[in-house]
Amino acid sequence: MSNLIKTDRFVLSDAERAAIEEEMHHYEDPRAASIEALKIVQQARGWVPDGAADAIGEILGIPASDVEGVATFYSQIFRQPVGRHIIRVCDSMTCFIGGHESVLDGIRTTLGIEPGQTTADNRFTLLPVCCLGNCDKAPALMIDDDTFGNVTADSVAALLEDYP
Amino acid sequence: MATIHVDGKQYEVDGADNLLQACLSLGLDVPYFCWHPALGSVGACRQCAVKQYSDENDTRGRLVMSCMTPATDNSWISIDDEEAKAFRASVIEWLMINHPHDCPVCEEGGHCHLQDMTVMTGHNQRRYRFSKRTHVNQDLGPFIAHEMNRCIACYRCVRYYKDYAGGTDLGVFGAHDEVYFGRVEDGVLESEFSGNLTEVCPTGVFTDKTHSERYNRKWDMQFAPSICHGCSAGCNISPGERYGEIRRIENRFNGSVNHYFLCDRGRFGYGYVNRKDRPQRPLLQRSRLSMGIDAALDQAAGLLNRQRILGIGSPRASLESNFALRELVGAEDFYSGMAREELANVNAIRELIQHGPLPTASIRDIENHDAVFVLGEDLTQTAARIALALRQSARGKATEIAEAAGIQSWHQAAVQNIAQGALNPVFIASVDSTRLDDIAAEAVRAAPADLARLGFAVAHAIDPSAPAVDGLEADARELAGRIAEALLAARRPLLVSGASLGSRSLIDAAANIAQALKNRGKDASISMVVPEANSMGLSIMLADEPGDRSVEAALDAVVEGRYDALVILENDLYRRADSQLVDAALAAAKVVIVVDHQQTPTADKAHLLLPASSFAEGDGTLVSLEGRAQRFFQVFEPGYYNPDVLIREGWRWLHALRHTLLGKPVDWTSLDQVTAACAAVHPRLAGITEAAPDASFRIKGQKLARAPHRYSGRTAMRANISVHEPRQPQDPDSPFAFSMEGYSGAGQDRQQIPFAWSPGWNSPQAWNKFQDEVGGHLRAGDPGVRLLDGARMDVDWAQPPAAFAPAAGTWQVVPLYHLFGSEENSARAEPIQQRMPQPYVALAEAEAQRLGVTDGAMLALSLGDRQLQLPARISSELPLGVIGLPVGLPGIPPLTAASVATGIKEATR
Repeated sequence: MSNLIKTDRFVLSDAERAAIEEEMHHYEDPRAASIEALKIVQQARGWVPDGAADAIGEILGIPASDVEGVATFYSQIFRQPVGRHIIRVCDSMTCFIGGHESVLDGIRTTLGIEPGQTTADNRFTLLPVCCLGNCDKAPALMIDDDTFGNVTADSVAALLEDYP
Repeated sequence: MATIHVDGKQYEVDGADNLLQACLSLGLDVPYFCWHPALGSVGACRQCAVKQYSDENDTRGRLVMSCMTPATDNSWISIDDEEAKAFRASVIEWLMINHPHDCPVCEEGGHCHLQDMTVMTGHNQRRYRFSKRTHVNQDLGPFIAHEMNRCIACYRCVRYYKDYAGGTDLGVFGAHDEVYFGRVEDGVLESEFSGNLTEVCPTGVFTDKTHSERYNRKWDMQFAPSICHGCSAGCNISPGERYGEIRRIENRFNGSVNHYFLCDRGRFGYGYVNRKDRPQRPLLQRSRLSMGIDAALDQAAGLLNRQRILGIGSPRASLESNFALRELVGAEDFYSGMAREELANVNAIRELIQHGPLPTASIRDIENHDAVFVLGEDLTQTAARIALALRQSARGKATEIAEAAGIQSWHQAAVQNIAQGALNPVFIASVDSTRLDDIAAEAVRAAPADLARLGFAVAHAIDPSAPAVDGLEADARELAGRIAEALLAARRPLLVSGASLGSRSLIDAAANIAQALKNRGKDASISMVVPEANSMGLSIMLADEPGDRSVEAALDAVVEGRYDALVILENDLYRRADSQLVDAALAAAKVVIVVDHQQTPTADKAHLLLPASSFAEGDGTLVSLEGRAQRFFQVFEPGYYNPDVLIREGWRWLHALRHTLLGKPVDWTSLDQVTAACAAVHPRLAGITEAAPDASFRIKGQKLARAPHRYSGRTAMRANISVHEPRQPQDPDSPFAFSMEGYSGAGQDRQQIPFAWSPGWNSPQAWNKFQDEVGGHLRAGDPGVRLLDGARMDVDWAQPPAAFAPAAGTWQVVPLYHLFGSEENSARAEPIQQRMPQPYVALAEAEAQRLGVTDGAMLALSLGDRQLQLPARISSELPLGVIGLPVGLPGIPPLTAASVATGIKEATR
């Protein structure tokens, strides 16, 4: 991840700010928009930097500690930089039986990364996930917003080709 | 009431309680973590499981969480049931999976709720063999140490810090077994009540950092029931001592005052007791000659013999010491040691709370009021414990909403959920922003005179027969109407004001509002803040004395040559009056004798300095702002560790001096004698003898132990001086022994409890065992007696002052208070000094723009004939025409309501 530049200073873009303010008005209590606000930032940046808690808290009128509490609770809010594409491999019971380990092996072979790691070219981040609701097609995985079933060690390499 | 059956026995309990409260109130031990008497139930930890049966014939039963189950009539439960016991043992085993085996190096050890509960459940074997999760700890500032590995995730800390105390910067992060309690990033915990985390946390995540460097176990300390001297609130404390140093201050439960919580000044401001530069032996300043007690008394008597003596007392000294000074110099020549304006204001407040139309709420009772008007006080800085109580008044709305929906008040998560942040109305009128503004329905800023006018307008809006305020702006009139409406709509409205701004018209406005509320038949209360720990006591003592007893009057009299000698008790006059006047008086006096426990600028100028005790080495009585006389007791005898230390109570010095002058042996050899003499001379203080049991009080023939029975190392304590262990110091003044010998349990009812301990309960949760019901009041009654509940009489309407209109080119100087820094003694404590602001001059944004200065720019200004240079602090809320100066910080002269600044400009560098 050496090619990713972290900055200490965090400023919401105008678009992010506008989207959060828009979202906030959908709720009686602005606090309820915490998760959406974090998703908006993640959408724009791929992940949620530390300074976002202060910036979001300021808009919603709640303490940064509350925003940070939500941001750290959910595993799908990323608190470290991630690659351009996220691979989520299901490791729940059905996929485990269905051969999720071989899928992981296929990814390991193709990309040379372990779960939790990002490729050196910053193209993929590999993450475990617990159940994609796709148990009838185990083993399953997701790449970004696309779900795939009956994946094998061989087929996974081809799938990855579609995500430059 | 409800009848419940616990393990086959029948009990009568309060049906509004949950089963955990009910069992604990009965004295039955049920282990628990997340529940706390002041925080209610959330059912997070599952530790308090008991078995509940549907009726007497049910033999199977089911496990329930006792903290989440109402104690309904005809409940059948079992604590001892094998399945319930096994469940509780499992719960604690899970909680302990990631808890380190570091009790020997953990500063919670010995007063740890987790230790107590682990022993109680019988979990004594660790089966978990794997790695434990670890966390990075944070630097939370000078007060609190952080060790997250010990966390059992009970959530008490955030529930206390955020929900109860209104803090924003402590949160909970992460999920599952990696939950983290801390700040978003390292930094000082912002809440003024952060110290309570050390007692709220059931284990060693948050511990007292001020105790850390010279640490010892709770069982190795001597304690005494004491009273905080940090402000006029009168919180009860348990200071702990080892090797002649105060090591820690713990909360002491008083169900009518502070119950479970203290402010950080009170908890962490004790360091002045341990200062090495304290006067320890009588000292002739000029020759730097120190001497023994008899020589000092002879010296003093020689200096005072045939002299006309004036005595200056102190609102930070005990009634007994002030009384002894009055006896020494005579009633006519005894002065209060308070500034003229302050004394007059405190006297007006005394009159108002003793005979005014409304009773004074105790601090605990403040929480039960449902609409509050704070007039002119920045409570978080001037009487912090009241600010914490007001947060509970505001939060009372949630309980009310919940109860209307049939939700029990202890059902904390449900109560908060249904209330959605609804608060009872709190109105704050102050000169600058306050740390309570976040709960205010409306907060308004104005100069003191305009605040008073708002107060008068509120009184008029409540009762039109109260005088109206001429020329009031429409917005102020409307605000007054809204405040009046809220107070009238409330079941129990509360008015809080005080003497902090030095404005008499604010007190008059408070009196008018009180009268108006009474006229409208409201069940209302009042609470008035006075400046210091014993301001109220001194005011009562001087209530029947004619003439001006202020510091200025005293100093003028000395300068005019009406006296030869000046005896000053625990008072730094440079904090009270203009330094030129003090210099002149100290120079004019032929003899200056100072009795104090700190090396103050006044003590520096004494001919003879006598070393007085602080609250830690002496006994005495204070009267708090509610008129509650409370006794503080000596924690330790410094002479035991070092016989060269000749610290004595102020009253002992002054009485001995008087009798040396008279050529008589001393009459008062114990505290009870001086307290009784004081009560006899001052009928208004007659109640003080009842403030605490006298020295002859015994339980089962025993004195009460100051130290826990496990106290260790006593034999070796003085081995560096002599291997022969001397007899323990004897205490003629109190029923307490300087020893672990004596009564220390909870079985027998008593008010004065040096430290909370009961078999199996070493943590502060041991207070359960002393209470009539958990979180209620002490079984023996809460300590102290109220002196000022006199006949209630109507007051004559006061007239509002003119609107604030500063003369061109002048600014009224308003005092701005700081919890850390404005109080003289705690400001000498090193941890407090780390939190003190730098001296500054505060001014409104518009004023700064006009002067063309930015935040931090150095400003020059004239205050009378004094020139000050201070960095600017720009306030967005301070009104125009005033500047604020931080009370008591270095270089800031004493302020009065008439202090006016001129010639403010940017200083040329």
